[in-house]
Amino acid sequence: MPETAPLHRALGMTDEEFEDVCDILGRPPSNAELAMYSVMWSEHCSYKSSRAHLGRFPTEAPWVVVGPGENAGVVDLGDGWLAALRIESHNHPSFVEPYQGAATGVGGILRDVFTMGARPIALWDQIRFGSLDEPRNRYLFSGVVAGIAGYGNAVGVPTVGGEVVFEECYSGNPLVNVMCLGILRRDQLVLGTAGRPGSVAVLLGASTGRDGIGGASVLASASFDEESGAKRPSVQVGDPFEEKKLIEACLELYQHGLVVGVQDLGAAGLSCATSEPAARAGMGMDVDLDRVHVREAAMTAPELLMSESQERMMAFVDPAKVDAVLAVAAKWEVDASVVGEVKAGGTLTVRHDGKVVAEIPAASLSENAPVYHRPSGEPFWLEDLWTNTLEYLQSPDVGAALLQMLDDPSIGDPSWAYEQYDHMLFLNTVVGPGHDGSLLRIKGTSKGLAVSTDGNGRHCYLDPRRGGARLVFEAALNVAMTGARPLAVVDNLNFGNPEKSEVMWQLIETIEGISEACESLDIPVIGGNVSLYNETDGQDIYPTPVVGLLGMADPIPESPPRLDRATAGMEVWMLGPRHSRNLAGSAFEKVVKGHVGGRPDAPDATMARAVMELATTLAADDLAPAMHDISDGGFAVALAEICIASGIGATVAFTSWIGLFAENPHRFVAAVRPEDADRVAALADDAGVSVSRLGTFGGEALVLDNQGPEATSISVADLADTWRNAIRRRMHVS
Amino acid sequence: MTEPTKVTVVVRRRPSIADPQGATVTRALRDLGYTVDGVRIDKIITLTVDGAGDVTQQVTEMCERLLANPVMEDYEIRIGS
Amino acid sequence: MTTAVVVFPGSNCEHDVVYALESVGGSAELVWHRETDLSAFDSVVLPGGFAHGDYLRTGAIARFSPVMDEVARLAADGHPVLGICNGFQILCEAGLLPGVLLQNRDLTFICRPVHLRVESTASILTRSATVGEVLEIPLNSYEGNYTADDETLAASADQIMLRYCASDGTVADAHNPNGSSDHIAAIANRAGNVAGIMPHPERAIEDLLGSSDGRILLESFVASVGAVHA
Repeated sequence: MPETAPLHRALGMTDEEFEDVCDILGRPPSNAELAMYSVMWSEHCSYKSSRAHLGRFPTEAPWVVVGPGENAGVVDLGDGWLAALRIESHNHPSFVEPYQGAATGVGGILRDVFTMGARPIALWDQIRFGSLDEPRNRYLFSGVVAGIAGYGNAVGVPTVGGEVVFEECYSGNPLVNVMCLGILRRDQLVLGTAGRPGSVAVLLGASTGRDGIGGASVLASASFDEESGAKRPSVQVGDPFEEKKLIEACLELYQHGLVVGVQDLGAAGLSCATSEPAARAGMGMDVDLDRVHVREAAMTAPELLMSESQERMMAFVDPAKVDAVLAVAAKWEVDASVVGEVKAGGTLTVRHDGKVVAEIPAASLSENAPVYHRPSGEPFWLEDLWTNTLEYLQSPDVGAALLQMLDDPSIGDPSWAYEQYDHMLFLNTVVGPGHDGSLLRIKGTSKGLAVSTDGNGRHCYLDPRRGGARLVFEAALNVAMTGARPLAVVDNLNFGNPEKSEVMWQLIETIEGISEACESLDIPVIGGNVSLYNETDGQDIYPTPVVGLLGMADPIPESPPRLDRATAGMEVWMLGPRHSRNLAGSAFEKVVKGHVGGRPDAPDATMARAVMELATTLAADDLAPAMHDISDGGFAVALAEICIASGIGATVAFTSWIGLFAENPHRFVAAVRPEDADRVAALADDAGVSVSRLGTFGGEALVLDNQGPEATSISVADLADTWRNAIRRRMHVS
Repeated sequence: MTEPTKVTVVVRRRPSIADPQGATVTRALRDLGYTVDGVRIDKIITLTVDGAGDVTQQVTEMCERLLANPVMEDYEIRIGS
Repeated sequence: MTTAVVVFPGSNCEHDVVYALESVGGSAELVWHRETDLSAFDSVVLPGGFAHGDYLRTGAIARFSPVMDEVARLAADGHPVLGICNGFQILCEAGLLPGVLLQNRDLTFICRPVHLRVESTASILTRSATVGEVLEIPLNSYEGNYTADDETLAASADQIMLRYCASDGTVADAHNPNGSSDHIAAIANRAGNVAGIMPHPERAIEDLLGSSDGRILLESFVASVGAVHA
C-alpha cells in the first residue's frame, strides 16, 4: 500500500484515477505529484465529463486564427487586426464570497485575454440569482455587482453589457459568468508555449500565498503539516491594482518582442503554468520552487504548486532577454522571479528545498487526463413537461400583464447594476449597456465590433437542443441590429450534476443545438467553458448555456440603431414570421401565470439567416433608427422598451393577444421613417421576410388596440416608472 | 435598569488571506524611506448595545452573521473600551 | 509646448485624455509618475483612474509620487494644472485645491451622464464656456462626493466652476448625484490655473459616443496653455 493512498480520495481523485497516475509514473506519486495530478485532473481543469462531447462544436473558418484549447480564441478582423475572446464562470466562488468571487472572476478572464498579446477592451457579465424577495439573494446580487465594479473599474477595463436574470432555480447556486474581448495587432499574438530548450520561465506579478487551496485543506490535516484546516483559505482576494500593472507590463513585453510564450496562472496555478506550455511545445522543464516569490513563510511544495493566488503570469523568455524582461517588470513595479528553465525531453522536474519533489511527463497532466463517457438519457419527466401546457379560453388583461412583466427584475431596467460599472473607458462604447447588442469602435480604423451575450435557462430546460440553437440565433440577430455580421461564438455551459443521466443528456443536446445553429450561420465556436455540479440539495439548476457572439461592422454605422431613437411619426413595424402562437417558456407564462411548461418551437435556420441579414442592412443604412429583438416578454415588452427609452408613445393594432407576448427568435420590432417605408418593404421582400406595419410612434401613451370596443392605453410615464423600479424597489433604493 | 455597553470590534483578514491594500501601503512607506513590513489594514467597528443579556454573546452573533465574513476574516471583541 | 499627462500606477484614463486633448487641437504626452523633471512641459493633466489602487485613501499615496513636486512648481508658476476624477482627488490630497472627495452618498459607484451648470469662467477649465450654460458629461466615480467645511466653502465660493444640475440648469438635491457639498462638480484655486473636475470631459467629445459637451472645457484648457505661454 503506497504511503499516499489515503490522500488521493481526499483530494477528489477516484481510485481508478490514482491507479492511472501510478501506471504513468511506474510508481506511487509523491505528495507534490499527487497535488499536481489532482488539480490538473479536476473537472474544472480537465473537462473530463464534457470533453468527449465538446468536439462536436464547429471550430473552423478561414478567419479563425486560434481556436479552442488556448487561453482565448482569436479571429482575424483584417488590416492586421485580431480580436481575442473568452468566457468563464465563477459560480461557486461567488456563492461563498460574492464580492471576491465576482472580482477574481473578472481578473481571471482578463488574464486569459492579455495572455494572448491582446489589450482587453471590454467585459460583459452574465449574472443569475434566485428571487430578489429573499434577503440572501439580494446580498449575493449586490455583492457580485460590487465585486465586478470594484475590480473591473479599478483595473481599467469597461464593462459594457451583459445579462441580469432572476429565477428560483439559481437561489442556492448563482451563476456569475464573465466574458472579455481584447484586440491586438497580428504581430503581437503570443501563445501559451514554453518555446525552445534553454528558454527561461519568469514568474511575474503577485507573490504566492496559500490562496485557493482551502478546498484541498485535507492536505494539511492528512500529512503535509500541522497547521489547522481553518487557516487554509479557499477565498481568493483580487487585487485590481496589481492586475493593472501586470497588464501594462505584459503589453510592453509583447510590444518589444521580449517573450516567446505566456501562460496565466489561474486554477491549478504553477502546476498548470509549467506543464501546459511545456506540453504544447513538446518540451520538459526544470522548476525551482525556492525561487518563487512568496507572501507566506514555510509553504510546502504541494501548496506552492496548487496555490491559486491571483494576478500572476508566467513568461517564457529567451535567456538573452531575461534582463530586459526584469527591467520592464521593475518599471511597472511588478515583482518577477526566474523560476525555471525549459528542457528537451518532456520531463517536468520540480525542486523544493534543494530536493526533487516531482518528476513527471509534463504532457501527462493535460493529455493523459481522464475522459469520461458518462451515461446520458432523456429525462423521464420530459414528456410530462411538454404536455403541461396552459389553455387560454379568453384574453388576459393585456395592460396589466404588460406592467407585470415590466416589473419583473429580469425584464426591468438593469441600470441599477450597470451604472455601477465603468462602461465608457477607452472612448469606444458606441452602443453600451441597456441595448440588445454592444457596439464598440476600434479607433484609427473604420471597424466596429459588436457583441451580444444571451442565455435562457427556461427555454433550455424545456428543450435544450432548441433552446441552445435559439440562443445563437438571438445573439446573431442582436449583433445584426448594430449593423454587424457574425464572426465567432464562445459559450459557457452552466449545468447541474453530470453524474445524473438527465443532466448529461441536457449537456449533449445543448451542444448539438448550439452546433447546428452555428453551422447554419457559418459561425465557428472559438472557445468555451463548462461549469458542472451547479446544484443545491440535489436540485440542479436549469441547463443554462450562455452564448457570446462577436460580430464586425466595417464600416461601423455612423448612426447605429438605438432604443432611444424613435420619434413621432415613425411607423411601428414587426419584421419576421407573422404568426407566433407558442407561449412555452415565455416570460408571460412565467411571470403572469407562474407556469413553466410546454415545448418551445423549433427555430428555423433559413429564416434566422434571412432576418439577420435584413437587420444588418437596415442598421448599416440607418433605415430603422430604433430596433429591438423580440425576446423576454414578446412584442409588447419590446415596443414598450423602445417607448420608454425614446420617451414617446405609440399606437398599434393587434389581432391576437398571444402574438403580443410570444417569443420568437426570428422577429424584431423596428421604427421606420415613412419616407423609408417603401425601401424597407422592398428589402424585406427580397429577403423573404414578412412585414407587419402595426402602427405609429407618437403621443404620450402606448395604445394597444385589439380593434374591439376598448383599446388598452398606458402612459409612457407609468411604463417607465414600473420598468425603472423593477430592480431598484426590490433593492430598497429610490 | 441596565447601562448601555460600548463595544469595539476589530475585524481582520486571516493572516493567510491576501491584503492588497496593506501590500501597497508597505511599498509606499518604503518609497518614503521607512523600513517596514507586515502592514495590514483592518476594520474597527464601534457600537453601543443595550447592556441587558449576554453582551459578548450578542456581539459574537453580530460578527458571525454580518460584521465579519467567517470564511476569510477573524474578529476580536473588546467590551467597554 | 506640450501638456504632460501623468501616469500613476493604476491610472486608466491617460490614453483617453491624450486622445481628447489632441482632438481639440492640443498636444499631449504621457509622463510616468517617477519623472522628476517637467521642464519640457508647460501644463499638466492628472487623469482619472485608481492611482496606487486608491488604497488607504484615494490620492493619499499618489500625492507622494516623485512627479508631484514638479506639478506643484508648475501650479505655483501659474501654468494650467487640471485634475480629472482621480486627478481631482490627488490635487485635493496634495493641498493644491481646497476640500476633499469622499464616498458617494449612496455608497455605490456611479457611471452615467450628468448635467453640469457653468458657474464661473475664471479658470483654465471654463474660460471658453458661458456662465449658466448646461453641459452633459459622464460621471464615473465612487469617491466623487466633494466635501469641505463651511469656512472653506465660504472662502472659495468664487472658485466653484461647475455645479451638478438638471437638464434645464436647476440646481437641487434631486440632481446632485453623489451628495457633493454645495453641488460642486468642479472647483479651481484662487488664481484659476489649477482646477479639478469630477466628471470626465474627455468622455464627451464626440456625438457618436453620446455627447460633445466636454469639448468646451478641454478647449478652455488648451487655450489656457497658449495664453500662459504667450
